Amino acid sequence: MATKSQAANNNKPVEIVDRVTIRFAGDSGDGIQISGNQFTMATAFAGNDLGTMPDYPAEIRAPAGSLPGVSNFQISFSESDIHTPGDAPDVLVAMNPAALKVNLRDLGPGGTIIVNSDSFATANLKKAGYEANPLEDGSLEAYRLIPIAITQLNAKALEESPLSKKERDRCKNFYALGVIYWLYDRPLQTTLDFIAEKFAKSPETVAANQTALKSGYNFADTTEIFTSHFRVRQAQLPPGEYRNITGSESLVLGLVAASQLAETPLFYGSYPITPASEMLHELAYLKNFGVRTFQAEDEIAAVCATIGASYAGSLAVTGTSGPGAALKSEAVGLAVMAELPLVVVNVQRAGPSTGMPTKTEQADLLQAAVGRNGECPVVVLAPATPADCFSMAIEACRLAVKYMTPVYLMTDGYLANGSEPWRLPDLASLKKIPVSHAADAKSFEPYQRDPKTLARPWVVPGAPGLEYRIGGLEKAEVTGDVSYDPVNHERMVHLRAEKIRRVAQDIPPTEVFGETSGQLLLVSWGSTFGAVHSAVERVRAKGKKVSSVHLRHISPFPADLGQILKSFETVLVPELNLGQLRLLLRGEYGLPVVGLNKVQGRPFTIGEVQQKIEELI
Amino acid sequence: MTPTAPPTARPAPTRQDFASDQEVRWCPGCGDYSILAQMQKIMPDLGIARENIVFVSGIGCSSRFPYYMNTYGFHTIHGRATAIATGIKCAHPELSVWVMTGDGDGLSIGGNHMLHILRRNVDVKIVLFNNRIYGLTKGQLSPTSELGKITKSTPVGSIEHPINPVSFAIAAEATFVARAIDSETAHMQEVLKRAAMHKGVAFVEILQNCNIFNDGAWDSLKDREVKSDRLVNLQSRKPLVFGKNRDKGIRLNGYKLEVASLGSGVSESDLLVYDETETDSSLAFLLSREGRPDFPVPIGVFRDVVAPTYDELLSKQIAQAQAKKGPGSLKDLIYSGMRWTVKANGTSV
Repeated sequence: MATKSQAANNNKPVEIVDRVTIRFAGDSGDGIQISGNQFTMATAFAGNDLGTMPDYPAEIRAPAGSLPGVSNFQISFSESDIHTPGDAPDVLVAMNPAALKVNLRDLGPGGTIIVNSDSFATANLKKAGYEANPLEDGSLEAYRLIPIAITQLNAKALEESPLSKKERDRCKNFYALGVIYWLYDRPLQTTLDFIAEKFAKSPETVAANQTALKSGYNFADTTEIFTSHFRVRQAQLPPGEYRNITGSESLVLGLVAASQLAETPLFYGSYPITPASEMLHELAYLKNFGVRTFQAEDEIAAVCATIGASYAGSLAVTGTSGPGAALKSEAVGLAVMAELPLVVVNVQRAGPSTGMPTKTEQADLLQAAVGRNGECPVVVLAPATPADCFSMAIEACRLAVKYMTPVYLMTDGYLANGSEPWRLPDLASLKKIPVSHAADAKSFEPYQRDPKTLARPWVVPGAPGLEYRIGGLEKAEVTGDVSYDPVNHERMVHLRAEKIRRVAQDIPPTEVFGETSGQLLLVSWGSTFGAVHSAVERVRAKGKKVSSVHLRHISPFPADLGQILKSFETVLVPELNLGQLRLLLRGEYGLPVVGLNKVQGRPFTIGEVQQKIEELI
Repeated sequence: MTPTAPPTARPAPTRQDFASDQEVRWCPGCGDYSILAQMQKIMPDLGIARENIVFVSGIGCSSRFPYYMNTYGFHTIHGRATAIATGIKCAHPELSVWVMTGDGDGLSIGGNHMLHILRRNVDVKIVLFNNRIYGLTKGQLSPTSELGKITKSTPVGSIEHPINPVSFAIAAEATFVARAIDSETAHMQEVLKRAAMHKGVAFVEILQNCNIFNDGAWDSLKDREVKSDRLVNLQSRKPLVFGKNRDKGIRLNGYKLEVASLGSGVSESDLLVYDETETDSSLAFLLSREGRPDFPVPIGVFRDVVAPTYDELLSKQIAQAQAKKGPGSLKDLIYSGMRWTVKANGTSV
C-alpha cells in the first residue's frame, strides 16, 4: 500500500512496542469521535487487536472551550489479544486547555501530551480555569510535552484551498490525526477513503481534509520534534474475516439474525433515551428485513406496543436505559402473567434518576432481576463485550420464545459505544430458533404447559377456533380463565418460578479461567469482563494462582455455578455498583462473597482489579 | 349448515356466536350490559371472522368487556390498552382491533396514549364508556366528573374542570369521532357499525350509567319527556333539526351556535348543515362543546374523514424497501462495512 511505503521511506528509526493507549480529547463539536473512529479503522487494518471507549458529555454543544464540553475517545491497540480500551493512556492528544485539564489526571507517569498550542490563548485558558499557561509554567514537567501549532500549520497547509477560513480551520482535526498516524505508523488509506465518501458532495472539502491529514503526517515525518516513531506488530488473531463493531451495532445485527433464525418478523418499540437510541436508529434502516420499528410516545407505550406485537406473533423487542426500564416494570409484569415472549434491552447508565446519562454503570441488575410487583421472575442475560452483544441478542430471543417469557438483556454505555474487532460468524453455524404457534382447536388450552420447559403455547390471533382471552389477572392452571382460588394462585406462582429455573438446564456449562478450585475466584458479569479477565491474566502471568468466571446468564444462574463457587476459599465480585450481583449470589448460595465496587461512571481499569486480587492472595 | 352447502363453508355467525362462556359480572342494572349487547348484535353484520377480531382493554369496569366476547381478547394494564392495541395492529394489520376503555382508564392514566393513537390514525376502534366516576375502585372523581362533584375522594366537591372526551378526540384530529348513549340502543348499534366500517382510528364515547356510584349521571338526557329537546342527532349534510315536534334547529351566528325555533320567519334553510366529512374540524369541535342547559347535546357521528392509517403506512414503507433493495440478506448485512481478513499465518489484508 502507498501509505506503507510512505512510512517505510522515512529515515527515522522505528521502535517496536507491544501495546499503546491513546486518548483523543477536545471540544464535543471538534470531531473527536470521528478522529477516534478513523484511528480505530486504520488500526484494525494494521492488524492489531484493539479496544475503544468513547466518552462524551450529555450536552450536545456545550460552550466551546469549556470543561463540560470535553469529548474523549480512547483506543488501546496491541500485538496480543486484549480485552479493554486500556487503563492510563500513554498519549493524550488535547486539542484545547479544557481537554488537557479534564484528562491530565488519567495520564500515566511520563506519558506523552500532544497539544494544539494555538488553542492555549488567554480566553481558552480562562474557560478551562487555568491561571497560567500550563505549557509554559513548568507544571507539566513530569510528562513528555509536545506542543504543536496545529491551527497555524493546518492553515498554512490549506492556503490554496478555496474553502472559507472557518471551513479550512475545521480540517485541523485531520491534521492532528495525520501527526498521530505518523507517530504510530498507521496507514492513511482508510481515512482518505472515508473523507472521499463522507464529503463526496463537495470535492473542495474532500481535498482540504485529505491535504490536512497528509500534511500532518508529513509534518511529523520531517519535524525535529519527533526523533523516532512507534510500531505495534500485528496481533495473532484467529484467522477469519473481521470488522470493527460497537455493542449497539452488534446487538442490532443479533436481533435481525434472531428474527431470521426464528423466521418471525422483528418488532422494535422504543422511546429515545441515551445511550440506547442507536439501536432504534439502526433498526429503522432495516425495513427490507421486515423490521417494524415504532418510536412510541413514552417508555410505557414502547413496551406495551411491543407486548401487543408479541401477542400478535412478532419477535418483540424493546430497548431503553435505566429510567426507561423503571417505567416499563408494570408492563413487563403483564408479559410475565400473560406468558408472552419479550426482550427488554437495558443499556445501563449511571443512576439513580437521570444520573449521568452518558456514563456507564451496572446498577440496574436488581431492577431487572427483582424490580417488579409480585413474584415476577424473568430471565436476565448480559453480554461480555461489544461483539458478544451479537450472540447474546440471539440467546435472549431464543430463550424468550422457547420459554414464553420476558428476557432482560443488560448492556451498558461502555459496551454499547465501545468497539472491538469482530470475527464475523459463519452464518450456517447459527442454530435455528424453533417457533410454533398453536393451531389445533380441539386440544388447545391457553395455559397447557410444555412438560419440559413449562412454556404455554404461543397463539396468534387469526387462528380459527382458538379464540381465547388472557390478561393480567391470575389465571387458572391449564384453562387460563380468571381465577381467585388461593391454592391455584400459589401453584401458578410456583409454576412461573419453576419455568425460569428450568432455563438453567438450557445454558452452556460455566467456563472457569484458571484452576477449578483454589484460593481466589473472581466472578464478573457484563462489561467488566475485559478488565477482570485481563487482571487475572496478568496475575497468573506472574505465576500466582487465581481463577475467574464470567456470567452471561444471571437469572437463572448456571446449574453448575454453586459447585464452582464452593471450590474456592474466597469469591470476589467486581462490579460497577455497590454489590448487586454479590447480593444475588449470597442469597442463592449462602456463601460469603467479597466485592470490588466502583461507581464513577467509568469502567474498571485492569490495574484496579489487579490490585484487589493481589490484596487477597 | 344446509346439506347442500360445500363442506368448507361456515354458517353465518349469530349474536350468540360472539358471546363467550364467561359469566358476566357487572352490577345488575349497569349500562355496560347494553353496550355488550349492542356489540354482540352488530358483530355478525360486519362480515369479519371471529378469529380476526381482538378486543383489548385496560383496567376498570369497562375493561372486563373482552372476557365476554368470544373473539381474541387481551385484558391488559391500566391505561395502556391503546398502546398495546397499536402494537397488535402494527404487527398484524389484518386484524380488526377494538379497545374498550373508560373515562378513567382512557383519559386519566391513559390520556397520553389516547392522544397519540388518535393523532397517528392507527386503524383501531376505541369505545370509551363515560360514566363520570371511578367505579371499580368504588367511587372516586374521574377526569370527566363535573366541577363541584362530591365523591369519596372529593368530600367537599371537585375543584377540577372536567374534560370533554369528544372535544379531546377532535382536537387530537381523530378521523372518526362519535357519541352514543347506553339507553339509545338502535342508535348505538348504528354508531358502532359506522365505527367498525371506518378505515382509521375510530373514537366512540358512550354516555353510560353507573347505577352504584354515579346513578343518573345522564338522566337529564334520557328522560322520555325531554330527551327530544335535550339531544340533537347529527345527520350529515342535513340541517340540524331537533325537538319533540322537530320544530327547533341549530344555526351559526358568527362564531357561536344558537338554537332557533322553526316557523317564526326561520326555515330549515337558515339552519346549519353539518358535514361530518369536512376535513377542517373547527365546526365539529364547536358542536362537541355543547351541553349548555338551553342547548341540546349532539349525538351521532361528529367526524368521519379519510386519511392514511399508521399501520398501512408502516407496511407500505416495508414493502417499498423490499421492492427497492430486495428482502434483506443477513449475510450482506453482517459482511458489510470496512472488513479485513486475518490469514492462517497471522497476516492481515
